[in-house]
Parts: sequence; structure tokens; C-alpha cells
Amino acid sequence: MPISAFLTDPSVCIGCKACEVACKEWNEIPDDGFKWSGQSYDNTHALGASTWRHVLFLEQKQPMGAQLAGIEEPFRWQFLSDVCKHCANAGCLEACPTGAIVRTEIGSVYVQPDVCNGCGYCIVSCPFGVIDRRPQEGLAFKCTFCYDRQTAGLMPACAKACPTQSIQFGAINDLRQRAKARVEQLQGRGYLDAQVYDPQETSVGGIHALFVILGQPEEYNFPPAPEVPTIHLKTAWTYALVSAAVLLLVVCGAFIL
Amino acid sequence: MKNIDQLEKATEARLDALRDEAARTGQVTAAGITPAGSPLPPSGGKKGYYGNPLLKPPVWTWQVPLYFFAGGVAGSAASIAFVAHALGRDSSLVRAALWVALLGAVASSPLLIADLGRPSRFLNMLRVFKPRSPMSVGAWTLAVFSSAVGLAVVCQEIGLRGYSGDLLLAVRWIAEAAGALAGLVLLSYTSVLLAVSAIPVWSENRRLLPLHFVASALGASAGVLELLGFLNPATNGMALVAAVVETCLAVSIEMRRRAVDAPLREGKVGWLIRAAGTLTGPLPFLLRIFLGHAFAVRRVASVCFILGALLSRYAWIAAGRLSSRDSKILFDIQRRETPAK
Repeated sequence: MPISAFLTDPSVCIGCKACEVACKEWNEIPDDGFKWSGQSYDNTHALGASTWRHVLFLEQKQPMGAQLAGIEEPFRWQFLSDVCKHCANAGCLEACPTGAIVRTEIGSVYVQPDVCNGCGYCIVSCPFGVIDRRPQEGLAFKCTFCYDRQTAGLMPACAKACPTQSIQFGAINDLRQRAKARVEQLQGRGYLDAQVYDPQETSVGGIHALFVILGQPEEYNFPPAPEVPTIHLKTAWTYALVSAAVLLLVVCGAFIL
Repeated sequence: MKNIDQLEKATEARLDALRDEAARTGQVTAAGITPAGSPLPPSGGKKGYYGNPLLKPPVWTWQVPLYFFAGGVAGSAASIAFVAHALGRDSSLVRAALWVALLGAVASSPLLIADLGRPSRFLNMLRVFKPRSPMSVGAWTLAVFSSAVGLAVVCQEIGLRGYSGDLLLAVRWIAEAAGALAGLVLLSYTSVLLAVSAIPVWSENRRLLPLHFVASALGASAGVLELLGFLNPATNGMALVAAVVETCLAVSIEMRRRAVDAPLREGKVGWLIRAAGTLTGPLPFLLRIFLGHAFAVRRVASVCFILGALLSRYAWIAAGRLSSRDSKILFDIQRRETPAK
């Protein structure tokens, strides 16, 4: 099967949260707390064990098309549906000690709920803060990229439910080109801060959920240069094993001297 | 009638004031009601998305730092037992150290299992071996260590009851050597586990954490042996070296001015790190140097070091929890290498 991907384009998102609802219904995810955040219309706060699509509501000091804010300062209200990035080099997958987290034939990162034992190491290994443990089951959960639907030839639930094609689904190479074209189009229309979010230059090596963003990644709580934690394996193990060897020498010395 | 007029004036003035305040500041300070989290930060800019954390905090419970400590003491004790045995030192010390190693190993597994979200699936840890996952390496190391140390203790106890033979001796030597080697990995891998993560304060201290975990494991196991009555120059020497290293590490944490290390210096967790550093560093060092001739003082020094080593494991996990909340530092670290487009 071809490597599939999402392209999420906030410039046409209307903040309807149909993706959140579709995701919850299809995947039978429990509620995520009904907590009022006070942060614009965002009441799901962040991605988590029971929130696999999360619509962000940003207030930026930039003008936007025909939006009328009724205030003198430049202002735009932006929506973006966040999702697991399905990294090419995934921190969660590398960290998982049980082999519960696997790479599928469609290029996605999938947590097998019947294998995971809830050790929690993936949670501190995800540079995007996506995966989390659900207290009720004690297992780690995140977006499955609708692996079940995709292997049956269907589009992921969120992309299917999106009314404005803000969430597009397709082969990764096509979507990378489409993202580039869209950014050029947006810049041509005066959105000079439009860019593609797809960290290919860092150790993450690109993601399978691309985003077109207006402004900087930080504004969306996207790490500007995410690194997969295993790049530090060599340094940490070298220091650990050399220190342990020194410990052995100290013990020998203590008994001999 | 006059009263009603006055009242009206007052309420209307209040409403006018409210409207003015709302128009001027964008919010109204009401008496008695303060929405949780208010004033709410705006989205965007340096603070990220409304200042919300980008990373997820660790879900590890109190058992994990306790395991870090128990595994460290056990691993180090197995190495001490092997070296003491190989050099033909006091056999009662070898026996005690092996028992400390075994008890530490026996305590470790239940602690790790209790921390799992699904404890009944603990055996899945041994489903695959993934060298790139420190957690997988650790699970296998603990399994090998427990088996080796268990076998060594069994051989030793059989030997003490008058049975002997070349096979028994050979098995004992192999088990002790395997236990010592696995012990060296067991006491140090937990620092790699933290260092190889997305949590800034852990990964940015990937060079300090191994030194600290190894030194405090050595000092704590020497302390346990001293408390069991083995107050000899060897245990004192090990404890002294550990205290010297710990003093240097505590000083270096204090001296550093990196923003990412803020959780190690500030607030409650900062004081925990400081207390732990004092208990494992200067305090036992000075006690041993100046009053070390008195056994009672050495016991006090041992207790200090053990408490400090235990405390520091908790403090490091708590520091990681704080660090996961601070997206600004994460952005700064990543922007240092990749400037904004």
C-alpha cells in the first residue's frame, strides 16, 4: 500500500469540530472531561489519550481576508485541527519496550492495545506531546490514522467528515506537493507568513500529518525543530557505561588499597 | 422618592464604571469571582498556544524512583560482592553484599510491575528485545540480574552448609560475574532512561545524570553494607569517592545558569535537589574525613547518603514533571539551532 498522509490546512478550517466528533464516534473514544478552557472556543485543550483530533483556536495580531473583528488592531481568528504527526522516526515507537507500537504498511505509527502494558515510556519520548495513558484502561492511546478504515479502502473518519477539505488525505508525495502549492498560493494572496510544517531536516525526518500554517510553529504549540530522543542514546550510554566501569575500578581500588 | 433616585444614580454609575473598565482593559475585575486560570494568556507569540504545555508530563508513580534507588543499590552491591570474592576478602561481606543485591532485585520487579498501567501484562516486557529502547534493555537486564544473583546466593548458601564441588563453584563464579556485569548496567541504565526522552531537563543533562546515578548507587550500597556492620576501610573508601563525586555534581548544578536547569534550582523541587545533594555530597564527606574514626559517625554518614540518594531520584522525576510544562524553554532550545523562517 502507498504511504498515506494528512494535509491539514487551517486557512480553510471553519472550527466546526466535525473531525473531533467523527474521530470520537468512529473510534469509540470516551469523553475527555468537558472542561471549560476559557481559551477561545477550544474546550479539548490538547491532544491526549482520548483526544485524537484537537481543533485549536488562535487569536493572532494579523489581518485576515474578509474577517471583521470590530477592533482597530489587526486581528485574525484561526482554527487548526491538530493530530498525531506519525513521524518518520517516531520517539514513541523507538521507546516502546513491548513492541506494542509498530510501523504499519501505510507508514503510520500504530499502538496495539492488546500488547501495550502501560509502562508510560512513550509518553515522555514523544517530542510533540501527543500520546498519553488513559487512566481507565491504563494503556497508551493516540490517533490510529484509522488503520482499520484505511486497510478497508476507506478514508480516515476526520478527513471524510471535514466539510471544507481543511483535512485532506492522500499519498504523502502528492500532499507534500499540494502543501507547497497552497503555501505559494496563500503567499501570493498576501499571507506572507504562510509555511509548510513538516520537519524534514531534523532527526524526526518528516511527518505523515503535514500542516500549512500561518505564522510560526510555536503559536500552534508545534516544536520548531523536534528531535527524536534516541539521538542521545550514544552520549547517554557512553557516559553511563564509562561511569559504571569507573565504579568497578573504584570498588577494586577500595579493596586493594 | 428621593432615596430611589439616589439608589438609581449609584447603580447606574456602577454600570457605567463596569462598561468603562471592560472597554479599557478587556476584562472586568469582579468582587469574589475569579475564573480559574485568569487572566487567560493570549495565544501565539513566545508563549506558544495560550501558554499550554507542549509535552506530556511523565505518568510514573512513586514506585519508579524507589525502583531507581533499589536497582542502583542492588547492582552496585553485586559488583562489590564479586570484587570482594575475587580478591579473597572477608567472606561474610561477600555473603551480605550478595543478599543485599538479591533483596534489591526481588524488591525491584514488584515496584516496576505496580507502576504499569496494566500490571497483569508485565511479561510483555520480555516479548521483544529492543536495544534502542532503554526501557527494554532495563527490563532484560533486571531479568538477567535477578536470575544471576539468585543463583549466586543459592550456590553460596549450599556451599555454607558443607556441600562442595567443582560444578557448584563454577556455577557460583559464573553467576556472580554475570550478576556483577548485569548489575553495572542495572545501576546506570536508569539514567539513560531519563536522558533519552523528550523532557528538556532530563535530556539536556544526559552527561550529568549517568555520573550522578552511578556515584549515588555506589555510595548508597556502601552505606547499606556499613549499616549492616561492615565498617571497614574498603566501604569507607567507596563512600568517600561517591561523596566527592556527588559534591562536585551538586556544586556544578548550583553554578550553572542554563534556563533549562531552572527546575533543579528553583522552588520546592530545587530545594529537594539541594537537600539531596547536601545529604550525598558535602555532609557525608566532612563526617567521614573529620570524624570517620568513630563508627557511630560513619553510620550517620551512611544514613545521610542513603536518604539523599533516595530523595534525589524523587526530585529528578519531579523536576521532569515541571520541565514538561515549560514550552518556552523547549522553543528556545530548538530555536538556538534552527532560527525562525
